[in-house]
Amino acid sequence: MSAASMVPGLGRRVGSLRSERRWALITAYVSLIIAAIVMLAPPLYMLLTSLKTSAEIADLGGNPWLIRTPTLENYTALLGNEMFRGFFINSILVTVMVVIVTMVISVLAAFALARMKFWGSQVLATGVFLTYLVPDTLLFIPLYQIVGGLGLLNSIWGLVLVYPTLTVPFCTWIMIGYFASIPKELDEAALIDGANWMQMLTRIFIPVALPGIIAATIFAFTVSWAAFVYPTAFITQPDSMPLTIGVVSQLIRGDTFAWGQLMAGALLAALPPVIVYAFLMDYYIAGLTAGATKG
Amino acid sequence: MAQVTLRKIIKEYEGGVQAVKGIDLDIADHEFVVLVGPSGCGKSTTLRMIAGLEEITSGEIDIGGAVVNDVPPRDRDIAMVFQNYALYPHMSVYENMAFGLMLRKFPKEEIRRRVENAAKILDIGMLLDRKPKALSGGQRQRVAMGRAIVRDPKVFLFDEPLSNLDAKLRVQMRTEIKKVHQTVRTTTVYVTHDQVEAMTLADRVVVMNHGVIEQVGPPQELYHHPRTRFVAGFIGSPAMNFIPATVEARSGGLVLRLPQGIELAVPAARVAKYQAYAGKQVTFGIRPEHLTDTQHVSKADIAIFNAAPEVVEPMGMETLAHIRMEGAEICARLDPTVPAAPGVPMPLAADMGNMHLIDDATGLVI
Amino acid sequence: MAPDSSAAVAPARPPAARPPSNAMKRFARRRSTIAFLMTLPLISVIAGLVAWPASYAIYLATLNRRMTAFIGLENFDILLDNETFRAVIWQSCFFAITAVLLKALIGFWLAHMLHHLPTKGQRKWRGMLLVPWVIPPALSTLGWWWMFDPSYSSINYLLNAIGGPSIPWLGSPWWARISVIIVNVWYGAPFFMIMYLAALKSVPEQLYEAAAIDGASGWQGLRHITLPMMQNIISITVLFSLIVTFANYDIVRVLTNGGPRDLTQVFASYAFQVGVLSGNIPRGAAVSLFMFPLLAFIAYFVLKGVNQRNKEMA
Ligand SMILES: Nc1ncnc2c1ncn2[C@@H]1O[C@H](COP(=O)(O)OP(=O)(O)OP(=O)(O)O)[C@@H](O)[C@H]1O
Ligand SMILES: [Mg+2]
Repeated sequence: MSAASMVPGLGRRVGSLRSERRWALITAYVSLIIAAIVMLAPPLYMLLTSLKTSAEIADLGGNPWLIRTPTLENYTALLGNEMFRGFFINSILVTVMVVIVTMVISVLAAFALARMKFWGSQVLATGVFLTYLVPDTLLFIPLYQIVGGLGLLNSIWGLVLVYPTLTVPFCTWIMIGYFASIPKELDEAALIDGANWMQMLTRIFIPVALPGIIAATIFAFTVSWAAFVYPTAFITQPDSMPLTIGVVSQLIRGDTFAWGQLMAGALLAALPPVIVYAFLMDYYIAGLTAGATKG
Repeated sequence: MAQVTLRKIIKEYEGGVQAVKGIDLDIADHEFVVLVGPSGCGKSTTLRMIAGLEEITSGEIDIGGAVVNDVPPRDRDIAMVFQNYALYPHMSVYENMAFGLMLRKFPKEEIRRRVENAAKILDIGMLLDRKPKALSGGQRQRVAMGRAIVRDPKVFLFDEPLSNLDAKLRVQMRTEIKKVHQTVRTTTVYVTHDQVEAMTLADRVVVMNHGVIEQVGPPQELYHHPRTRFVAGFIGSPAMNFIPATVEARSGGLVLRLPQGIELAVPAARVAKYQAYAGKQVTFGIRPEHLTDTQHVSKADIAIFNAAPEVVEPMGMETLAHIRMEGAEICARLDPTVPAAPGVPMPLAADMGNMHLIDDATGLVI
Repeated sequence: MAPDSSAAVAPARPPAARPPSNAMKRFARRRSTIAFLMTLPLISVIAGLVAWPASYAIYLATLNRRMTAFIGLENFDILLDNETFRAVIWQSCFFAITAVLLKALIGFWLAHMLHHLPTKGQRKWRGMLLVPWVIPPALSTLGWWWMFDPSYSSINYLLNAIGGPSIPWLGSPWWARISVIIVNVWYGAPFFMIMYLAALKSVPEQLYEAAAIDGASGWQGLRHITLPMMQNIISITVLFSLIVTFANYDIVRVLTNGGPRDLTQVFASYAFQVGVLSGNIPRGAAVSLFMFPLLAFIAYFVLKGVNQRNKEMA
């Protein structure tokens, strides 16, 4: 193509380029607004319901998306409910213990796997990954037998025992990725500076990979908090239930559901992960994506 | 301070690659030794074995009179500066330098004294509170050196510490390293692939190739008396010219017969040395600075021949003329005032007092 | 020289008194020992809580209901003869494939739309759109359940408002199936979006510029640059999501509890019903083991990618 024939072509292109851009942007905003409405409507509706009185909920006359007499009575009732507070405490206890256990296990193992080549380390790294692919719904029946055999059914200790199957493989996997991205010279420098393996881990690797550690911790936290299959299978007594199963099984009573309280309970139970997400969104997302982009 | 001795050091990586094939080297106390050689010749491997970062396949390394083969790096009392500096990114400059001392449980005041002293030597006193991220390349380089200096180790090890810097900074830091060594006098092993760095820094240069040592000696000696063709070609820039030649006896003396009918007389002083090679095929080596225009030479042992440059490169202080010969490309350094043009034959003077002959069979300089 | 550092240097050994290879082996063995100790907890978790239960499940599945006798593959036989279970297989596959496909498409579309926005605005939108993923699914499904309620459905209210009919969301089999898929897609699409967005950001802008100069249209850019560059992440995300969706339990349990007439049961919920609620542990184990072939199939593909990565790591 000659230069002369290209110039007018270019001129036309520029004009269409601008309108093309504008249309792309409009499409983007329209799609995103629709998506945001759909994505946020259910939690919003839960919030609306939780702020209504039972009478208003039962009234079929009005628009269910509006509140006429907002009230906090559902929340106060729940917070005054000893059983519900018990769910909360159980969830906190289980989650805190599982997060600590998970992080200790996966940081130690990831360090060894990323940095200390030893016999079988490759096999083990692959094993971690395979474990990650095994879902809890395949394991809960044999684990039910095992946990039962240990006498830990209906105990939060049973949950602390089995939750690591949900968290450890993924956390180890992303920590291996973070550790492997630390330049090798850094540990050699530390080695020469006189650090032993443990000091190298605590003084160099953990501080340098801190973003990864935060991301993995958030992951372990959200997974333990949201775990549903294991507590549903292993816990049948309300006083050992964590929030998820507690809200789902105990707040639904009889035929007349206390919808307001149920929604309030679900929202309160969802609050901790949402708060963590709101304040640490970047780490949260880094943890999510690290698993795949590094794999 | 200490001397370092390598005895028959062999390093074989898993998979059978022999990176180092039996090295013997004695490094004296306070000495600055530079390991130089082309990429992949085993310099880093050798250095890392001295540091204790690689296991030694066989042989013995001795630091300060003790065999350290199975002493872990932290107990060898050495310090190392890496090519990418390996500064701890989460620590301030001060903490980076103090880390090694802290692990060794030095008292706080002693650590502070040493860090401040090192900072003064390296002129980085105002950077002590910064994180490595906030430093320029040259400053990081200084901090890495500072980390080595505060330890006051027996030996400094440097692995291509200047290759990540731009050309100007590299020259500046080179002088800096030399100055530091003159101040602290610590035995130093320095790895580089840059022969200029090697020549300028070293008390002695070790030229390595394919996992073996080609030659060890002071820079001037390597330059003027290379022992092998490899060393002759590796040291010096532009590199030495190599031209295939036959030695011929001629009326009591010797001449070199080069391609294209050029004949150069061998100086009388060297006749006895080369006599045995009369009639044989050898390689004639001569540095570009000993191949000049005829107007600016006044020495004895000059041989003159005609050649037409293919490319002429004026450099300012000199002009490089590249000449194609049968079986060789050669380079001559001319005075910039001499008119030289591509394709125009001109007389060239070879300073035969500085010639080298290489035995093709052994690769050794005769 | 530091007094304590020179003291730390190992005493000089008589040279070559011991073959150096021994010392080296000892050194390497020591490192291996430390490494082994550090991975021991991980190994216990993998072996004790995953590998052992998985093989135990296989053993359990070969027992009779009271777990007193070995009955071979009879549990599997009975299951395959069972009309309900065949429906479960069908429903699991239908549910997983449809849901993953929709999640992948919607996620891709949203990621693309987000990518068009100026970087400053992206954060806000991304933050909003990821909310469904952040709420524990068992809890958000409660909200959906309420929105699908036969008499109080707020979705039907909106449909009626624009002149549409009321839909028996959880009452009729097909609508129940669709409801389960809707909730799953609502929950999972944001995850796909985030993964794709990360992948999109990793495609260098210059590639598009080069393609534009070469005369590629927007679609051609997508087809010849974006998709090939994202191929890896797309396939990994889809494979992972297939596993997770296939094994899903929370949504079915809360939304339909398998009903109506067991027509929305998937493997996980059916295994739960048979194994835990009806107390036939071996049969339940057999049900959940039916997930295994698909998992193995996916694991094979993912493993290939992992080995690649391990090689790069070494
Ligand atoms: N970990 C390793 N495993 C196997 N072979 C290796 C390993 N490290 C280095 N080598 C090989 O050993 C040889 C020497 O490597 P070395 O790093 O010592 O070279 P070098 O002289 O430092 O080169 P450069 O100037 O490029 O740094 C090379 O051929 C290299 O491929
Ligand atoms: Mg090197």
